Amino acid sequence: MPNDQAVSDSIAASALAALSTVEPRPGVPKPDPIMVADHVRRSFGGLTAVNVEHVEIQRGAITALIGPNGAGKTTFFNLITGFDDADEGTWTFNDRQVAGTAPYKLARIGMVRTFQLTKALSRMTVIDNMRLGAKHQTGERFFAAILPFLWNSQEKSVGQKAMGLLERFNLHEKVGDFAGSLSGGQRKLLEMARALMADPELIMLDEPMAGVNPALKQSLLGHIKTMREEGTTVLFVEHDMDMVHDISDWVIVMAQGEVIAEGPPDTVMKNQAVIDAYLGAHHEAQLTETGETLTESSDGDSA
Amino acid sequence: MDWSFVLTQTLTQAIGIQAIIYCLAAIGLNVQFGYTGLLNFGQVAFVAAGSYAVGVIVLTFDLSLWLAIVVGVVVALVIALILGIPTLRLRADYLAIVTIAFSELVRLTVRSIAFKDVLGGAQGLNGKLGQDFHDTNPLPADFQSLPVLSWTRQDLWVVIVGWILVALFTLLVWLLVRSPWGRIVRGIREDEAAVVSLGKNVFAYKLQALMLGGVIGAFGGIVWAVAKQSVQPDTFRPEFTFFAYTILLLGGAARVFGPIVGAILFWIILAGTGEFLGQAIQAGWIDFLQPTDVGNIRFVLMGSGLIALMVFRPQGIFGDRRELALDAK
Repeated sequence: MPNDQAVSDSIAASALAALSTVEPRPGVPKPDPIMVADHVRRSFGGLTAVNVEHVEIQRGAITALIGPNGAGKTTFFNLITGFDDADEGTWTFNDRQVAGTAPYKLARIGMVRTFQLTKALSRMTVIDNMRLGAKHQTGERFFAAILPFLWNSQEKSVGQKAMGLLERFNLHEKVGDFAGSLSGGQRKLLEMARALMADPELIMLDEPMAGVNPALKQSLLGHIKTMREEGTTVLFVEHDMDMVHDISDWVIVMAQGEVIAEGPPDTVMKNQAVIDAYLGAHHEAQLTETGETLTESSDGDSA
Repeated sequence: MDWSFVLTQTLTQAIGIQAIIYCLAAIGLNVQFGYTGLLNFGQVAFVAAGSYAVGVIVLTFDLSLWLAIVVGVVVALVIALILGIPTLRLRADYLAIVTIAFSELVRLTVRSIAFKDVLGGAQGLNGKLGQDFHDTNPLPADFQSLPVLSWTRQDLWVVIVGWILVALFTLLVWLLVRSPWGRIVRGIREDEAAVVSLGKNVFAYKLQALMLGGVIGAFGGIVWAVAKQSVQPDTFRPEFTFFAYTILLLGGAARVFGPIVGAILFWIILAGTGEFLGQAIQAGWIDFLQPTDVGNIRFVLMGSGLIALMVFRPQGIFGDRRELALDAK
């Protein structure tokens, strides 16, 4: 185990080292991309929600996807994970063409996502939520399910793994409770822990901090950093700029469906285009514009 | 007023052949609706498939009842595929609309003149449908009747095997829902997208649940045809499905024993009020009702009872109210 840790650490470290040499411009190639998307387009009626020319996600790093409401971040997430169908475009995961693949298959090959509106399975216990995340369970097959002796031992090991994760996420006292009885922040934790049960290579978190109190935010940040240390690539959508600044190795900025900027957090936040489109709330002239973007956003983001 | 008559009649019906048929249909619905969240409003089509398989194979083609049972199961599986493949990728409502329409389509087709030679038209199929089964009856030939329960020798044999079937399917459902398979279908009921995001082929699981529930329903139809030695198209009206739902809700959806308790309760209420009112009118206790009103009044009472249940105990007899509260977000 300590050996693994060292290896993973070096993956994360080498990812960081590699990123530091990458030029901060939209669509820039990365040294070791886990995902590469090309010409991904999706429009709803006349509105082009996503129009991404080229983007690469560096393996082993934490990449943040930011942008104003309605910029198409969640739609891009949905397209990449197969939950929505792109009008055109191709993307690869681990050098494998995956455009048009069913979402459950993408999850199986290691691309696991969470949702903006947390999807805890309310009328199931916390431990059952967790167990559901484990892959390749014999007892999930219809005829094997009737014969418990075929899957009892696997069920035990799945349960142990779940307990380990629940302890790490500080949910171990809630094991037998219905997920619906958890608080909003605890559900976020549960959803994240459940995603980890599937051993993702790339975990995609859609607004993990939304509606979470400051204390819990700190622990969520810690969990995300731990994922990177364990070798998991993290891509997340977030509006909380402090968090983005704190944990991300690389930031991709979207506006009106396109990638307008990329780079390390410090560089991106000084980028004039980013300030104009997203960050520049201090200019009085921007106030009305922000208001407009907000109204436009409600359909885009919920889609 | 003959109280003992009311009681014995009620008890006989509470655990009688009708209760078994509805119970099997409700076990099927429990798999589909209770655990997986599939709104199948055409369960009666699966029951009809079972009954007509027996009628057509045994009477029209003069083949064995055992073959008919196999055919009934296969037809139910095919119906589930026909209904499920186009609709289960869509939102839940589509399955509901398609199933209720399909069940009426089945009834109108089997009673049509066009297929009268094979399916018997509006008169249905009548004859020695269950002979192969009744030949296996181990009860003594001079059997008269049980002390309280007024079944014939033939009916008692159906009742015994019927409850064994109910027990077997209940055991099957119990085994399934406590397995990882059951965890997935319950997850689908809660939130499909979440289950998809964890790498489960939700469509395949929904189809499996629809097929399993359909086959259990078809066994209800097989029992019906064998017990009554007759298949009548107009017994397969949509209200059959809704009675099965009533039973499921009475007992508590997503409870393994819900359909059994629900079916017994349903027939206690229906038969009990019927027999009681009939006797009370005869005895002159009630003078504003005619004996012919009784059949309808008992459904009025059943409906009122169901409304009261939804108000005071919406989770059903066995349900857990906390779970229901969690769902109301």
